[in-house]
Amino acid sequence: MTDWLGPAEWQAVALSLKVSLWATVLSLPLGIFTAHALARWQFPGKQIVNGLVHLPLVLPPVVTGYLLLLAFGANTAFGGFMDSIGLPLAFRWTGAALAAAVMAFPLMVRAIRLSIEAVDPGLEEAAATLGASRPWVFMTITLPLIVPGVLAGSVLAFAKAMGEFGATITFVANIPGQTQTLPSAVYAFLQVPGGESAAGRLVVVAIIIAMSALILSEWLARRVAKKVGGT
Amino acid sequence: MTLSVQISHQFSGFSLDVTFQAPSGVTVLFGPSGSGKTSVMRAVAGLLRPDTAQITLGEDALTEKPPHKRRIGCIFQDARLFPHMTVHQNLTYGARFASSGNGPSEARIIEMLGLNHLLDRRPATLSGGETQRVAIGRAILARPRLILADEPLASLDEARKSDILPYFERLAAEVDMPVLYVTHSVTELARLASHVVVMEGGHVVRSGTVNEVLSDPIGLGGSVRAMGSLLHATVAHHHDDGLTELDSGGNSLFLSRLERPEGQVVRLRVAAHDVILSRKRPSGLSALNILPGKVLVVRPRDGAGTLVSIDTPAGHCLARITARSAKALDLTPGADCFAIIKTVSIAPNDIGGVLRD
Repeated sequence: MTDWLGPAEWQAVALSLKVSLWATVLSLPLGIFTAHALARWQFPGKQIVNGLVHLPLVLPPVVTGYLLLLAFGANTAFGGFMDSIGLPLAFRWTGAALAAAVMAFPLMVRAIRLSIEAVDPGLEEAAATLGASRPWVFMTITLPLIVPGVLAGSVLAFAKAMGEFGATITFVANIPGQTQTLPSAVYAFLQVPGGESAAGRLVVVAIIIAMSALILSEWLARRVAKKVGGT
Repeated sequence: MTLSVQISHQFSGFSLDVTFQAPSGVTVLFGPSGSGKTSVMRAVAGLLRPDTAQITLGEDALTEKPPHKRRIGCIFQDARLFPHMTVHQNLTYGARFASSGNGPSEARIIEMLGLNHLLDRRPATLSGGETQRVAIGRAILARPRLILADEPLASLDEARKSDILPYFERLAAEVDMPVLYVTHSVTELARLASHVVVMEGGHVVRSGTVNEVLSDPIGLGGSVRAMGSLLHATVAHHHDDGLTELDSGGNSLFLSRLERPEGQVVRLRVAAHDVILSRKRPSGLSALNILPGKVLVVRPRDGAGTLVSIDTPAGHCLARITARSAKALDLTPGADCFAIIKTVSIAPNDIGGVLRD
């Protein structure tokens, strides 16, 4: 594998996987929480939260990247805080992960929210009457029943994170080994003469990763559905 | 322990305002669809927050408690079994939250409901009747202090209903706590109830013991066909010709074969329109069941009908006859009279075991 891909290409693939995995894993709890709140709770400002969550989906990615720069850049309070705990964001892979997570978040929340809305609230009521407090109801009833939706949302978010380009390059630039993800690398290779073959190999890798993720999630979702369906 | 309920709530276009008490034993909340029965049940369970409410169980105020702290076992019409768990996991779901285990053991409940061979199955593979039995078991095994059953048989066909009813009878006899049972079926009411609360249009129109309510001409509200009385009798002998003889206060009653052991006390619901009255003891009549008694009340109804309540050794018996007959027979309170009931008019579903009052 390493023979076939050059070191710079391999670096971009590995970085993309790392960034996308972290982006997906870290945003998952917040994604489930937000989806649950939007699906089940009534609270003032719900439409505003809903709009904010979906904003990255409709804004130009470059604008989102710029907003991230304004909010989390090195000179901001949050950027300074992240610096002080040894996790600087600016021009680092951590920043790339943040950009990918923000861009993928709406897709993740949408998928999970749909699956939560498909859970019969009557089951949650039944669990409550049997003595389960709200967190228990969520952990033992809602969460197991939405696993297929959570898987679908995660795969979608992972794929989106793998492909994220505009917000990433605006927020953390295109630094090989630090913030040059797979799409950034394809872009960079296409800017130099003779880079087409390297770009082509990366495109093949991107297709393989995307297809594998899709097949894996389908397989997992089928297994879970079988278990829940009871046959 | 007594459940005491006072609820008022304004829905859009419908106001609910009820006050009633349910002692230990089965209290049936009876009324037509849309009379607010289910809302009452949801409020008692804590799933609906009424505008004002005062709900207490014994000394314990439930009104402000969230559902999971009320310890009320709910049996829903649609069962609501957890699809991702086995039958056994469903049954024991509530046990981990139950602080103290009173009542019958887990093994006893599973045995009583005939669930032993289903424990490893998942809800999707169960029949309607099996599903409802698991729902009953799950509610009891959460060790509740009160059981709420919201039309638990409504989604089942007639055959399944008569399969499940005996389980409810056993449940009522087995657990010593109030059971609030919501239904619009007179059959279920007659078989299970010790007390009845009749609801109409969001209000309680009548409440009392099942005998009082059933034999009261206005007891069950509008439906004339719902009127009837409950007679108590002991299974005396199974005859070869397919009849079962019962003893009711010294009188023999003959019914189609009843699959109950001799000596068991049962109660029979006799619809008011299935009772014929006669001033003299009839002879040469095909009807086998003749109960002597005295007229208690004669109550004219709208139109040509009149309801007559007769005090017999088997209990109060209600007859619905025409006003013309009542006049011709000169039926006035205190008059001697015979109530005649056709053997085949008592449906097997209208015969239940006797419950503790």
